[in-house]
Amino acid sequence: MTTLHPTIVSVQGVSKRFVMHKDKSIKERLVNAAKPKHADEFWALRDIDIDVEAGSTVGLVGHNGSGKSTLLKVVGGIIQPTTGHVLRRGRMAALLELGAGFHPDLTGRENVYLNAAILGLSRSETERHFDAIIGFSGIEDFIDTQVKFYSSGMYVRLAFSVAVHVDPDLLLVDEVLAVGDEPFQRKCMDKIAEFQSEGRTIILVSHSAEQVGALCDRVVVLHAGEIQHDGDPANGLRILRAGYEADRKQSVVAETEPTAGGVPEYYLRAAETVISNSARDEVTIQLEVEINDPQPSWGVGLSIETSLGMKLYSMTTFESSVALPNTRGRHRLSVVIPDLRLGAGQYLVNVGLGDQAGRTFHRVAGATSFESPRDDVGHGLIRLSPRFQVSEGLHG
Amino acid sequence: MAGSISSERARSLAAQPLEAFGRSEGFVRGTTQSYRAIWAQRGLLSLLVKRELRARYKNSALGILWSLVRPLAQLLIYYFAIGQILGVARSIPNFAIFVFVGLTAWTLFTEIVSSGTSSIISNSGLVKKVYLPREIFPLSSVGSALFSFLVQFVILIGATLVLGQFPWTANLATAVPAFLVILLYGTGLAILLGGLNVYFRDLEHLVEVALVVLFWASPIVYSFSYVHKFLQGGIIEQIYLLNPITLGVLGMQKAFWLSGSRDSTALNWPTDIDLRLWIALAVGIVFVWLCQRVFSRVQGDFAQEL
Repeated sequence: MTTLHPTIVSVQGVSKRFVMHKDKSIKERLVNAAKPKHADEFWALRDIDIDVEAGSTVGLVGHNGSGKSTLLKVVGGIIQPTTGHVLRRGRMAALLELGAGFHPDLTGRENVYLNAAILGLSRSETERHFDAIIGFSGIEDFIDTQVKFYSSGMYVRLAFSVAVHVDPDLLLVDEVLAVGDEPFQRKCMDKIAEFQSEGRTIILVSHSAEQVGALCDRVVVLHAGEIQHDGDPANGLRILRAGYEADRKQSVVAETEPTAGGVPEYYLRAAETVISNSARDEVTIQLEVEINDPQPSWGVGLSIETSLGMKLYSMTTFESSVALPNTRGRHRLSVVIPDLRLGAGQYLVNVGLGDQAGRTFHRVAGATSFESPRDDVGHGLIRLSPRFQVSEGLHG
Repeated sequence: MAGSISSERARSLAAQPLEAFGRSEGFVRGTTQSYRAIWAQRGLLSLLVKRELRARYKNSALGILWSLVRPLAQLLIYYFAIGQILGVARSIPNFAIFVFVGLTAWTLFTEIVSSGTSSIISNSGLVKKVYLPREIFPLSSVGSALFSFLVQFVILIGATLVLGQFPWTANLATAVPAFLVILLYGTGLAILLGGLNVYFRDLEHLVEVALVVLFWASPIVYSFSYVHKFLQGGIIEQIYLLNPITLGVLGMQKAFWLSGSRDSTALNWPTDIDLRLWIALAVGIVFVWLCQRVFSRVQGDFAQEL
């Protein structure tokens, strides 16, 4: 097994401390020399251990400032860790910024050679791939134009196509997959899939849960420089979301606490999903709402998404003509969704309580979840029951 | 098919050793590793030099000729202002060649040091986003400075030919250590100051001032005989001669300024200039090594300081 999937990156006990100087110039330092310590420090990474097997696609996710980009840069050797070390093998290409090293005054052609060299290609290798690079970027006509005259789309397309032709064993990607127009993005995604099938290792930082869910077979969730989860993507994204939600709640509480005293006007006590056994396509979502302070109007918003964060459906009661009770106390409410033909897998239900003006009283991401059983025929997001018809003997 | 590609890749990866990255090695032990990394990037280095040269003269009608305009303008100024008006030329035969030799050597040094000092900051986009041995940025400044030096040098040789002053003597051998001394100290300073400039941005301005002072501390527009006459070979003259750039300039003058040895009886360079140059060269090698080691110490935090 070890020869099949050798470790390509081994991060061992890596911590990174940033010291933020407030004064840059010699004058400022001299002036402030008397003061004890004119620098703030914080730990961007704390004791990170990760082994990445060759051929896997790892998503690094986390909030802003959780240290994921720092970790990527440490793996890439751009930042040296304060303690610990990183072991690596094979050829690495880092796509931390598209077109890093492009010189505006040089032509596209000259920049291709330069950028390829920066990413580690020799001149003869670049020459061999040159037509493919230009072909992929789709800007043949402008290749001998200085890149400062390029549109931003052309610029990133050229940069991206250089990067994917570098033939790396390990590709580090930081939020750069969503470039260019839709057909080009599709091309990028196809290229990534091709990379995966060729056994290349990809470590990517992304804020798009959907992208991470679609591409990665392993997700590392970072929180305040520490690993919160390392393993399967669905769980990782759930934890990430729970974290976002906790943060959101905290900030909401912080905002509302002084005035509203912490108890929301409408509060979702409980939520449960029932799949009827007789008709397996009927899903009932039961909600228990506590009304503490009746407002002129209120409603329920509901959305269903896949465990990887792809939104499938959302609705609010404002769109229907249902009359909701509006008196102090607890109320039960059921949302029956007949004929929900979803493919196999875990689905999350997000519930929100709010009014028509857009105010949110209470919102619970992943308030309840349900599992759609395995399909009979085929697989995918929706469940179909195809019938087959064979017409025989056309040329009998 | 894809499966075989991927298992092929896995096999070749398994054959490679896991190498440590980003570990700060000891001050001495990391030397070979650093040099090997730089050597591996020599192709990129030459591309960076070309980029710098090409980008510098793109969209300008005269192009590369501009690299000559500045030294030629300086030559004219010094020739008339100092040579003719102040009368220095009367005691320095072939004053134009004398000044141009000194200027060519000096320009090489200043160009290396001043563009090397700002090299890391001006390439911050790359430093922050791609891992490369960062020494290649100051080294690419050295490369482009060498190119302008070459252009000037060709002009210099051409001028000596036209004026019938081609220095085909044994003194020409002094050019080798003289050139290397200037190159080594320039390179060392470029690497050291380029690295430190990331942390102390004032260095760039300080270097500018220091270069102006150093220009007058070397015998470029006046000859060494003036210095010798004034200091009479005392301890201060020895201090004056400790400056490796002064030695380099003197060595270049000995090699290329034919009149200095043929038509002049004054002491235009110390008699033991060659020995001094070779010593300076040996010290210079250690100096460059030290500068690179300091650089590799400070470069770890570049990405976050820029």
